[in-house]
Parts: sequence; structure tokens; C-alpha cells
Amino acid sequence: MSTVTLHIERFDPTVDRKPHMQTYVVEVAEDDRVLDALHEVRWHQDGTLAFRRSCAHGVCGSDAMVVNGHNRLACILLIKDVGHEITIEPMRGLPVLKDLVVDMRQFFDQYRSVQPWLHAEPPPPGSRERLQSPEERARYDDTTKCILCAACTTSCPVYWSNDRFVGPAALVLAHRFLFDSRDEATAQRHDILDGRMAAWGCRTAFNCTDACPRHIKVTQAIEEVRRDILRGGD
Amino acid sequence: MNAHHHTFDAVIVGAGGAGLRAAIECAGKVNTAVISKLYPTRSHTGAAQGGMCAALANVEEDSWEWHAFDTVKGGDYLVDQPAAEIMCREAIDAVIELEHFGLPFNRTPDGRIDQRRFGGHTRNHGEAPVKRACYAADRTGHMILQTLYQQCVARGVAFFDEYQVLDIAFGDSGEVAGVVAYELETGDLHVFATKAVLFATGGFGKMFKVSSNAHTLTGDGPAVLLRRGLPLEDMEFFQFHPTGIYKLGILLSEAARGEGGILRNAEGERFMERYAPTVKDLAPRDMVSRAMLTEVRQGRGAGPRKDYLHLDLTHLPPEQIDAKLPDIAEFVRTYQAIEPKTDLIPIQPTAHYAMGGIPTNTDAEVVRDAAGTVVPGLYAAGECACVSVHGANRLGTNSLLDIVVFGRRGGIRMADYAAGAPAPSASATEGAEAETDAAIERLTSSGGRVKVADIRSELQEEMTDKASVFRTEESLTAAQSTIEHLRSRYEHVGIDDKGRRFNYDLTEALELGFLLDLAETLVAAALARTESRGGHFRDDHPLRDDANWMKHSLVRRGSSGQLTVGYKPVVGGKYLPMERKY
Repeated sequence: MSTVTLHIERFDPTVDRKPHMQTYVVEVAEDDRVLDALHEVRWHQDGTLAFRRSCAHGVCGSDAMVVNGHNRLACILLIKDVGHEITIEPMRGLPVLKDLVVDMRQFFDQYRSVQPWLHAEPPPPGSRERLQSPEERARYDDTTKCILCAACTTSCPVYWSNDRFVGPAALVLAHRFLFDSRDEATAQRHDILDGRMAAWGCRTAFNCTDACPRHIKVTQAIEEVRRDILRGGD
Repeated sequence: MNAHHHTFDAVIVGAGGAGLRAAIECAGKVNTAVISKLYPTRSHTGAAQGGMCAALANVEEDSWEWHAFDTVKGGDYLVDQPAAEIMCREAIDAVIELEHFGLPFNRTPDGRIDQRRFGGHTRNHGEAPVKRACYAADRTGHMILQTLYQQCVARGVAFFDEYQVLDIAFGDSGEVAGVVAYELETGDLHVFATKAVLFATGGFGKMFKVSSNAHTLTGDGPAVLLRRGLPLEDMEFFQFHPTGIYKLGILLSEAARGEGGILRNAEGERFMERYAPTVKDLAPRDMVSRAMLTEVRQGRGAGPRKDYLHLDLTHLPPEQIDAKLPDIAEFVRTYQAIEPKTDLIPIQPTAHYAMGGIPTNTDAEVVRDAAGTVVPGLYAAGECACVSVHGANRLGTNSLLDIVVFGRRGGIRMADYAAGAPAPSASATEGAEAETDAAIERLTSSGGRVKVADIRSELQEEMTDKASVFRTEESLTAAQSTIEHLRSRYEHVGIDDKGRRFNYDLTEALELGFLLDLAETLVAAALARTESRGGHFRDDHPLRDDANWMKHSLVRRGSSGQLTVGYKPVVGGKYLPMERKY
């Protein structure tokens, strides 16, 4: 066991005029995650601390937050990898609802704006699966990994300054369908994506790629979307 | 407390695979709301890894009857066979439909859905393992959850995200009248008057210390119904998955063994050859978990405390691990600082899946008694329900199948019912609203000093210690008295957060109440069942006893507060019980 010091940004907009930092000292085990330290606070020191979490192993996307300046999922980040002085803040660019809980509505609105579902005529009843070669399937594999945690979008400097930009996560979803050989809406998708608030908003800062807990090559995906728009599809 | 009132024809509680699949059937037909305490894409369906079985026969000869046989045998003959036949027959269309919805399955060289082996799934009634599991790398559940959510978005389904259902109300004739939900953002109550409710709240593995389950899997749906006088079925049957990450319990998919991974004891021996000579490491989970802990008991566990086993992937081609098992390889690297391509992985059984739950028929209608009397307007699907397709032990992949097949059937049935049923009376929800309000007020104003986390960790340790893979009358009696003690201490719980906004201190306290109720039912049913079957193994009654125990348990809480255990017969079929060898 060892001791870590957590500096956590606290804010309840119904009570506080502005956010403030609060410090907690907690005992942790060698292999503990940052999420374990947060639980230690909420369960044993201060039950008012609000943060989302669910699966606790990096697949549900609930606990994205800013840890020592970087967007990370608290459940896959080990304390031994971040050190014993840990500053934790809510994701930037989305309104804070309480402490580390941000308002995800805008994020999911932007997700919906790229029409994130397969556009294809349903095959006639009774038909088998559509064929798709392993190579065609591999073409969009990377962007199917997205868990909608918003770590990428809230790391993007363009998004911080302009929340009408759909952000990297929505573009990742756009990529996932644009490059799916079964999708039949290429032109429609290009119309949605061909603008400064969508594919052309990216300034290739690569923050999103660094932030992605699923190791999706986010900036590359956005670049591929742009090239596809310029090419007018396949 | 502020309360808001809504009116819908149908309400779905929970937005994992079962809830979303039901929503696809209801939306557009009747006015439907989906209420979820999480954003839908956070649901634990997304953590399922390995695959979803269906006898497509894309890779090898297969038939849905073989799948049904495996399901019945895997469930140690406690499966209701007509339900298993429905699930395995409809599995084929269910997988094809998911492909049509856009799910990115892995593909064969000729472009069809690829399939791989999974535990307990065999060709021709047990001859050899068969490639039946359709999959998307080792994130099949993630892709099912994402795909179903995408389809709901496309259909404009009305979601109430981060609303937690805490109670249900019934009308004078016992029909559904509404649910009461707590809005996390504001702390307000929302009363949903509705003709029909489908519970799809998932599992309750968080009553155990070592568990693959999400923190949020606290059995809210089954616990709410238990409190309203309905029975829960087969609660004693809980699955312990063999390959949880040592100490953490995080799941390493059975697909690791489907792809050729091997379990080894401290001596490096492939011990499953002794327990299941034909299918070895791909035996059903209950058998593998018991074999593992038997190795530990006999001193062949690994590590300084000799308390874990090894999963060996080192002989697999590295590119196969990268392509087929990328996520679990990453979990091992993150949490164990181990490279699975070169190192053995420490593993132990982890509490994974509730076979039991809210009793339903094959249309996902909730039944209130052994005679199968339907509760009008009430449905349940997925892990929170018990159809029973999993019997005493679920086969790997059959949970993803269960959620789409019975989510769909429940959605269809509920939409039909809600279209014709009369509107509930406006006053029917008043009692549930007042009681929920009072329960919240009691917790937020309590001066109690008992901490939620302390009771919860004691519960979890006790359940893992005394009501897991091996049970005895002694261990279960001890667990029973511990739970009774914890329930009385729970009356004195106090919380720090007296506020209304994202008060997780409060919701965790409420969830602990649900877990305590369900742990009590699990132990009561386990104590009553003096035989060993599937996931329920009694050291003091080590044999299956078909003469006395071919029956499902039904636990309910009587008006005095005491639990009573009743039974109903297993619905048989063409497969007669035989010794379970693999």
C-alpha cells in the first residue's frame, strides 16, 4: 500500500459560483487504477464526489476525465503509471453538471448528426447475410471500436473553441459507415460531412489520437473521410 | 420532492441488448419510452466478448437441433426445452438480422459470417467441438450494443438516459400501471404511467467480490418485482466464468480457448484432459470452474498462495491473437503487466452470470406462479429474466442470443398488448410514488453512521467466500445469517451527500438494498436445493438428483417478510436427462 494525493476539481452549478480544487489523500495498492482511488474517496471519505463509471475495464466509456492534463479513462489508467500526485478534472468543452460529470447531450446530438447507422436497402425477407470480404471488413475495423466516451472530442482544440464542430468522435462514426462496403449512402454522407463544421473542421492536432482509449487512429480516420469526399467516393 | 408525470403505452427499463432489441419492435407501433440509468451505450452487453452462437453452418456442418441439445445438456437438464428450441431455431434469423442491421461480423474468405468454437457447443450431440459462434473479433457484445443503439437512433426511439427505475405500480386487477424513476441529474422523481413495462435490467453479479460484472449490475428489476410480491426463479444458479483476471475478475473471453488457448495448473499440466477428455478446455463453464478450484484444493494452484491457474496462449500465432483476441490481450497487458503472446496469464473463476431471475414464458411475459399465470402488461428479457433457456448453467454465447431473441419476442408481444389495452388509472401510481419518495427521504435525512461501502464489501466477500462455486449447508447457513445481519445494519445506513444533483451516494445505497434482497433469495434457494446441478454444487450433496430436483425454484417474500421457496416442474422435451460427460 502507498499514499496518493488527489486534487479533484469540484463544482455543483446549483450551489457553487465557480469550480474549486479539493485535495484527498488515499491509500492505494500497487496495481490500483485511478478509478479505485476515486472510489476510495467516494466510498470512505466524501460521498458527495460525483463521477460516472460502470464496467471498470475500459469498454463502456463512462469514466473519461482529464488526469494530469490528459484525457483518459480512469479505469484503465494505473496509478503507478501516473504518479502519486494526481490532478483530475472534468473533460473540457462540455458543460459540467457536477464535479467530473459533464453534459453528454451535445456530444450525442453531434453523434446523431452524422446518421450513425447503416444506410442500405433491407435484403428481401428470408435472405441470408450480405457478403463482405475479410478485406472489405478490415477497411473499417478500426473505427468500429469506438465506445463514445468523448475523450477524443473533448481533447480537440477546435471543439473547445467552437462547439458547433461535430468533433472527432462523430467523424469516427462517419468513417465507420462511409467505408463499410454494405453502406449505400455515400453521396448523402458526403453532403453531411463536407463542411467546416464537419470533416474540414479538423486542424490535425492529433490530440484525439492521443486521447483515444481504444487506440483508434482518429486523425487518420478523419483524413480518410476528407479524401473520400474529394474523390467523390469509390 | 419534485415529481413529473409522463404517459406512455410501453416503457422499457434498461437499454442493453434486450431492451434495445425490444425497443426496435415497439417504437413506431406504440408510444414507447426507454428508461436507462446509464447512457445506453454504457450497458454491460458491450462487455460481452466472444460471440453469439447460431447454427448457420457457414464453416462446418451444423443444425439448430444440435445447438438445442447442447443448450439442454449444458444447462444440466434444468432447461425448459421448448424455450431452448425456440432460441436455437430463431438464432439463425437473429444473427442474419443483426448483419442486416449493419453489425460488422468477422467474415470467411468467401465473405460469409465467420464462426468459431465455444465451450459446450458440439457437433452431433457431443461428438466434437463445432464452429458455431458468430463473432466480431473479441468485442461481439460491443458491436451488438452499438448496432442496436444505432437502429434505435435511426427509428427515433425516445430515451430517458440516466433515469433509474426504483419501483413499479400495478392496478386493481394486478395489471401494470406504471413505474417510478429517479432522475440522476436533478434528483426529481418521474412517474411513467404506462400500460406495459419490459424489464431488461441485466444481472446482479455485484453481490460477489470477484466478478466480471459492471459496478452498475445490481439487479434493480428483479429486486423491485420481488418487493412487489412477485417470485424469482432459479436464483441459486449463478455462473462462475473460469477465466477471470486473477483478483480483479475482469473477463477473459472463452474465445481465448475457442481459438486454442489451454488451461494449465502450477505443474504446467493441461488438467482439463482429466475432467473432460473429449472437449477438454472447451467443457461448459460450471465444469471448468469446478475443475480449476479442485486443482487449487489439491495443491496444484499457481503463485505464492497457490490460488490461481494459468491460461496459456503462448502457442498461438501472434497474428491470431492480434486479429481474434485483441481486447483481452490488451486487458492482460494493462492490468497484469503481462504479454499474453509470451507469458502465462494468472486466472481464477469470476462471478459472471445469473441463470435465474424474473420468471417469464417464451413471449417474455412475466408469470406470477407455478401455473404460469401471466401478469398483464409485464415483460422481462435478458439476464434479469429466467425463461428458462440456460437451466442450471448457461453455455457461452447463449446470453447474446437470449437478449436478441427474447428481447424481440417480448417487444412484439408488448406492442400488441399495449395497442389494445386500456389506459391505466391515473391514481394507480400514487402509492409507488409516495413510497419511493419516502425511501429517498429516509436515506438523505438519515443520521445513521453505517457506510454503504462497508456493508457492500462485507456482502461481496461473504458471497464469494460462501455461496460461490462450492457450497455446503454450513457455508450457506453462515451466509444467510451474515446477510440477515447486514440487512439490519442497512437500516442504519447514512450517506454524506444530501444534495439532489448526481447523488451517487444515494443511488449506491439504493442499489445495495437491491443486492441484499437478491443475495438473500440466492442463498435461500441454494440452501433448499440439496443436490448438485450445473452452477449449483453442494459438497454435502455432490450428485444430481433427478428424482427429486427436476424443478425450478420460485422464491418469493411473504407478507411477513420471510422468504419462501416453492417449485415448478421443468418443461421437458425430446432430450432425456443423462449423465453429463464431455
